[in-house]
Amino acid sequence: MIIGVFRAFGRRVPFFSKLLALNFTFLSVLVLIAGVGLLMLYSTAGGSMENRGWAQLSRLSIGMGLLLLVALVDIRIWIKFAYVIYTLVLVALFLVEFVGFQSMGAQRWLRVASFSLQPSEPMKIALVLALARYYQDLPIDGIARFSSIIFPLILIALPVLLLLRQPDLGTAMLTMLLGVGVLFLAGVRYRYFISLMLLGLISLPLIWQFGLHPYQQQRILTFLYPEQDPLGAGYHILQSKIALGSGGVFGHGYLGGTQNHLDFLPEKETDFIFTVLAEEIGLIGSLGLMFLYAIALLFVFLIAMRSSSHFGRMLAMGLGINFFLHAFSNIAMVTGLIPVVGMPLPLVSYGGSALVAMLFSFGLVMNVHVHQTISAEPTTTIDLR
Amino acid sequence: MGKTKRDKKRRHEFSRRAFVAGGLQIGLFGILGGRLYYLQVDQSDRYSALAEQNRINTVLLAPERGLILDRNGTELAGSRENFRVVVIPEQAGDVSHALRRLNRFVDVNDFVSKRVLESAKRLPSFVSIPVVEDLSWEQFAEINLRGPELPGIHCEVGRLRYYPYAEALAHVVGYVAPVRKEDIENNSDSLLRVPEFRIGRSGIETHFDKHLRGVAGASRVEVNATGRVVRELERHEGQPGNEVTLSIDLPAQLHLDNLLKHESAAGVVMNVHSGEVIAMTSTPSYDPNQFSMGISFDKWRTLIGDPDTPFLHKATEGQYAPGSTFKLVVALAALESGVVNPDETYYCSGKHRLGKRDFHCWKKHGHGRLDMLGAIMRSCDVYFYNLAQRVSIEDIASMAQRMGFGEKFDIDLPGGKSGLVPSPQWKREALGENWYKGENLITAVGQGYLLATPLQLAVMTSRIANGGLAVSPRMIRRIGDENIERNSAPSMGLTPSSVKFIQDSMYAVSNLSGGTAYGARIIDPSIQLAGKTGTTQVRNISAQERKSGVIKNEDLVRDLRDHALFVAYAPARSPHYAVSIVVEHGGSGSKSAAPPARDILSFLLDRGQRRAA
Repeated sequence: MIIGVFRAFGRRVPFFSKLLALNFTFLSVLVLIAGVGLLMLYSTAGGSMENRGWAQLSRLSIGMGLLLLVALVDIRIWIKFAYVIYTLVLVALFLVEFVGFQSMGAQRWLRVASFSLQPSEPMKIALVLALARYYQDLPIDGIARFSSIIFPLILIALPVLLLLRQPDLGTAMLTMLLGVGVLFLAGVRYRYFISLMLLGLISLPLIWQFGLHPYQQQRILTFLYPEQDPLGAGYHILQSKIALGSGGVFGHGYLGGTQNHLDFLPEKETDFIFTVLAEEIGLIGSLGLMFLYAIALLFVFLIAMRSSSHFGRMLAMGLGINFFLHAFSNIAMVTGLIPVVGMPLPLVSYGGSALVAMLFSFGLVMNVHVHQTISAEPTTTIDLR
Repeated sequence: MGKTKRDKKRRHEFSRRAFVAGGLQIGLFGILGGRLYYLQVDQSDRYSALAEQNRINTVLLAPERGLILDRNGTELAGSRENFRVVVIPEQAGDVSHALRRLNRFVDVNDFVSKRVLESAKRLPSFVSIPVVEDLSWEQFAEINLRGPELPGIHCEVGRLRYYPYAEALAHVVGYVAPVRKEDIENNSDSLLRVPEFRIGRSGIETHFDKHLRGVAGASRVEVNATGRVVRELERHEGQPGNEVTLSIDLPAQLHLDNLLKHESAAGVVMNVHSGEVIAMTSTPSYDPNQFSMGISFDKWRTLIGDPDTPFLHKATEGQYAPGSTFKLVVALAALESGVVNPDETYYCSGKHRLGKRDFHCWKKHGHGRLDMLGAIMRSCDVYFYNLAQRVSIEDIASMAQRMGFGEKFDIDLPGGKSGLVPSPQWKREALGENWYKGENLITAVGQGYLLATPLQLAVMTSRIANGGLAVSPRMIRRIGDENIERNSAPSMGLTPSSVKFIQDSMYAVSNLSGGTAYGARIIDPSIQLAGKTGTTQVRNISAQERKSGVIKNEDLVRDLRDHALFVAYAPARSPHYAVSIVVEHGGSGSKSAAPPARDILSFLLDRGQRRAA
């Protein structure tokens, strides 16, 4: 029965040959990135696996197991349940408004049984799933029609609006960019993106005035002028830049970062863990990690290109964009290029939901890889007239 | 369009878009790489410096303050241990509870606990806050013993400036006190910001503060983000301050202070050849030790309110009419001007009439006929009234200045007063009034506008005793390794016979029967002293009172009694020491000021003889 899930819909792919079909090089790159994260957590604890190290390792193991499970499920199951998953996660995100509890000034967590879940992380995956499903069903001629963009826009807008209400500006922005990215991949006309950008620029002052909470405005101001208030709100970003800059090319040596070990770094186990790496291993370390990220993205790209199904292509590349947006926004944040948005460094930062969700999404990418030969036909035909 | 063809087209479209997306990703990663290069290579030095600034705090260490020594190397100002108790809030938990427990062993009053609680709120919880300073050894030992019952309470041993001779040298040595905000504002020495540092506030401590201070040591410590010290990186001890050696002779100083300490008085002992100040005291005094920890307001108010002005250094800042001691200057001026022959005599009937006014001699019925030596010996006023009409006031004033009056001597103490030598020119300029002939007479007996400090009187006496050399007083022998040398005193260009005559007159004052200080003579012929008494009025005696008999000093309230003065040198034949004594409201010079002068001189000379033997 369980095995049946892995070979549904007629054409059989034997379970063990699927297992062998996994891309183990890609998997090793992911493990390598996660390993860097563990090393850095070991360093932030002053050279110990206690507290966070073991917890991260156990979550990593769970996440890896989940990755394999997700990878081996028949891709047509994911196609079939894409909208269902989207709806369920959206409901969960909606519930956060009412039963979720506060953390760091925003409601983002939903307590399920004994562990808490942050629905905004699965939401991005569910969004990509739903959009991939939509464009799987939509024939290429439909793309050019304006009406075809309305449903995907609703799919994007619902979670973004909920996230803005929480309020979680950073995740909302990221989710929106992710959605726009997937629309771009789908082939939506360039002119829509250009008009969207213009609209955004025009409405920027209005959003500032009416759409932002004072603390969000403060964050952006702090980003623009971090040195004005070095002990106040600008402290985080300044200390982060000091750690990066003092690391130089070769760093202070592993376990030798003073900004790290003397607690000048804020949130060093989570959002600012990149600074620990950059301080202790230097430019070699920071560029090295970015290189690993680029390799992982390359694998995602190749997997997407090789997929026979449009769903698979869209899903893999879309999740690749999600991964990229996480990595980019985190590193841009700690280097002071964008405001502090509170975004974890994928696979490296200490954390539960984000880590497991990211491994889940790589499970889906791996799934596309395993099922690259299956060119799933549109399950229904959407009548656009 | 066929299904597969459509799918192919869709695939191509996707590929194009995927390449654009991938390119964008590479481009954005490139920006991040550039940013990282900028921060970690271009700006690395700047951020490394900032990281060091974050990490390293420099804590200044107060150096040991230089000692102040007397001429024989005895410590006049040193340091002693200060036992204090501190509280560390993070260890104590509830600070006010800890203070209540501590209160069983030492007095922690509301004022103290309020201050501690306020500091505890303000400072990081690992910083130790002093609670009570300067505990007795018994208290210190008991708190140490009770340590386990008093979590967060610790005992520390610090250093505190200590003046072993307290009151006896307060005005010379001075004292140190905690640094005030004004001190920091106009001084860049970072040492001033060290909490334990004490700054000189008076006396030698102020004048040589820079020498005594030393150089601050430093301890470079690594701190974490909350400011807690993680470890010490390096430490270099500062340089202790320089020692300052004074010319003061401690046994003589203590002896002199002992003689005068129940009076409101000043005394100066000088070496007549070198000008070195051997002893210098001002009474009543105060205990300089109480300033090291900051004096309480009540104690301060009591000292400030004392009518005998304990803070005034009367030896250099007290200004008194010199009275009859000034007759030496007038006699010298008369001899040097050549208009007066010392053998000429005048008759003293007890008063002298000038114009419509009578000028009285202190002896109501007069001294009879006197020559100059007799006039000095008996301190006859009428003789000097006569002299004042023959010698010009300008000659007297210039002789006074040559003898050291009107000059503020630099003896390395802060403050100091110059006194006042009046002249017609001075009066016109300062008061806008003309000089009256009668003022010549008053000035000639050392009254009127004339003012002198005890130090100036000692200088005058030295200059007579050494045969007319212009010695200046000095107090410093060594600073650190450097001996302070002075040029030998130049001659004042006085006629030797005139000086000899004044010396003989002073000998007569103390050693001939009928001399005003005969009662306070030294009998031992080898160390006989030569002196001159002075008694200065602090009130006007009305004509009516003169008629009914001038009220005796003993019958007056203390504030109205005359000031008693005495200047002397010894041994009379080969002078070594000069002394001046002023006893405020002491009555007559011969009764109050001469005996202590004799005692200190014989103390010094007896000791000298014993050493020689």
